[in-house]
Amino acid sequence: MKRIYLDHIAAAPIDPAVTEAMRPFMGDRFGNPQSLHSDGQTAAEAVEEAREGVAALIGAVPDEVIFTASGTEANNLAIKGLAQAQKAKGNHLVVSSIEHASVLNAVKSLERSGFAATLVPVDGEGWIDPADVAKALRPETILVSVMTANSEVGTIESVAEIVREVRAKAPGALVHTDAVAAAGNIPLDVKALGVDALSLSGNVFYGPKGSAALFLKKGRKLVPQIEGGIQEGGRRGGSEDVPAIVGMGKAARLAAAAMTERAGRMSALRDRLIGGLTRSIERVRLTGSPDRRLPYHASFCVEFVEGEAMLLGLDFKGIAASSFSACTSKSLKVSHVLLAMGLDHALAQGSLIFSLIDTISAEDIDRVLEIFPPVVERLRNMSPLYTAYLKESGR
Amino acid sequence: MIYSDKVMDHFQNPRNVGTLPDADGVGQVGNPVCGDMMTFYVKVKDDRLTDVKFQTFGCGAAIAVSSMVTEMALGKTVAEAMEITNEKVAEELGGLPKNKMHCSNLGADALHAALENYQARKAGTAAGPNIVGDHDHEAAEGAPERCPYCDGPVDNSPEMCSCRKCDLDLVECGHCHLYTNKAETNCTHCGAQLER
Repeated sequence: MKRIYLDHIAAAPIDPAVTEAMRPFMGDRFGNPQSLHSDGQTAAEAVEEAREGVAALIGAVPDEVIFTASGTEANNLAIKGLAQAQKAKGNHLVVSSIEHASVLNAVKSLERSGFAATLVPVDGEGWIDPADVAKALRPETILVSVMTANSEVGTIESVAEIVREVRAKAPGALVHTDAVAAAGNIPLDVKALGVDALSLSGNVFYGPKGSAALFLKKGRKLVPQIEGGIQEGGRRGGSEDVPAIVGMGKAARLAAAAMTERAGRMSALRDRLIGGLTRSIERVRLTGSPDRRLPYHASFCVEFVEGEAMLLGLDFKGIAASSFSACTSKSLKVSHVLLAMGLDHALAQGSLIFSLIDTISAEDIDRVLEIFPPVVERLRNMSPLYTAYLKESGR
Repeated sequence: MIYSDKVMDHFQNPRNVGTLPDADGVGQVGNPVCGDMMTFYVKVKDDRLTDVKFQTFGCGAAIAVSSMVTEMALGKTVAEAMEITNEKVAEELGGLPKNKMHCSNLGADALHAALENYQARKAGTAAGPNIVGDHDHEAAEGAPERCPYCDGPVDNSPEMCSCRKCDLDLVECGHCHLYTNKAETNCTHCGAQLER
């Protein structure tokens, strides 16, 4: 049985061309970029070439790219590093209520050390209204962080508009965006967005895991969170992970070249999946925005059934997907994103996400459209909630 | 796979799914807020369970547990069936992941609710089903030893309960007495609002 992998938001396969680019740096090109000898300089050149590739993907200059080991680390560096560097100017942060845990928990940690934060709500589609961000700004606001796109519901946020509001109402505040779910999959330009910092992660655009970066606009200061040597301009200590960095650089170049074609193809497949499932299954709802949406992302809440049971049922049939129901999380917590969007607990338990990778074909999507409805039907037939629903609707 | 083969077998091929329109006892536990809800139907003849059916909304573990309980209960006397415990069910299934032991392992409770309903109907004290509507939580004694989020060690003091590993402050739910991240507004185990 051919497996159909639809869990891009958890992990994507590495492009074979990326693996090839990385291979020499796991072999005889093992030098440390900080070494003066030619073995070191070979590695240093490769790192700088990768930095150019990543910078080009987001319209930055190479010096503005700081390599990190994860999107989580990039977010921590941005939130804590920028807040701490501006402590003298104020202590207030503004973030959306649907940020990734690496942003929300970094903010919580700052709150324990004298900072204050305002969480901005979202609408029913997971969209952050720039006017709501404006309302949350205070004279002492030093940092605003709103994600570029949400990985649980796929909604693309209005970052450029939010930046304009912040510049107009709180000119002293910096703006960071967590673009981990978006970068490499939709066109992004840091100048057009106007942000001061942007996090991105290599694996989301078919680079290796453990490769990520923070864009930091020229002239902006941050307090390093990993203190050590002078790597990454003194902003992130630790010997460079050369294979990962090289892989991310290669993946960034490939993603930039494939962007338009890939985004168009993925959006069409995504819409085929969304249209097919909402037609063939009753009481299923798309979560997130139908139009301002990541090209690879289709997320749903299926009523009367629970997400983990759907995942297991799909896995048996060879399909990998993900869910943010309470039972699928180790903490047994329902998704904070779905709750922030106003969904009730019972509906949020039916969370299911299909996130497409580049190699998915229309035939694969049709196969999912064939397999998934019976998985739901089987579970609904054992669900007391569905029985009650049928009774209520007179069936 | 996080589950044993036996759990997966019961999930894939659940035994005794359905309802019994002429049931002698009906019991329901849990609620969709927790993520798991189970309804059990029993037929009793000469003090023995001649038929047991279930319906479950919940994760793989909850479905497997329900199915296993019906197998364990069928043919037993009412008194014997009352002795089936959640722990025995988990054992019979080859174990369950730690974080599933509490929320999803409610099958025996649901069976007992149905049996109590049968006894109440026989005594003429009940006509409809026995809806417990919520977990019958075992009252937690004092603060937890392990963090409910990461299973890490917990620091306890009279004022403060916090996880050493994930650095969360934990607070006791007044309703189910389990511990939740202090930052939450509702208990993650039973959904009740946390008192401030």
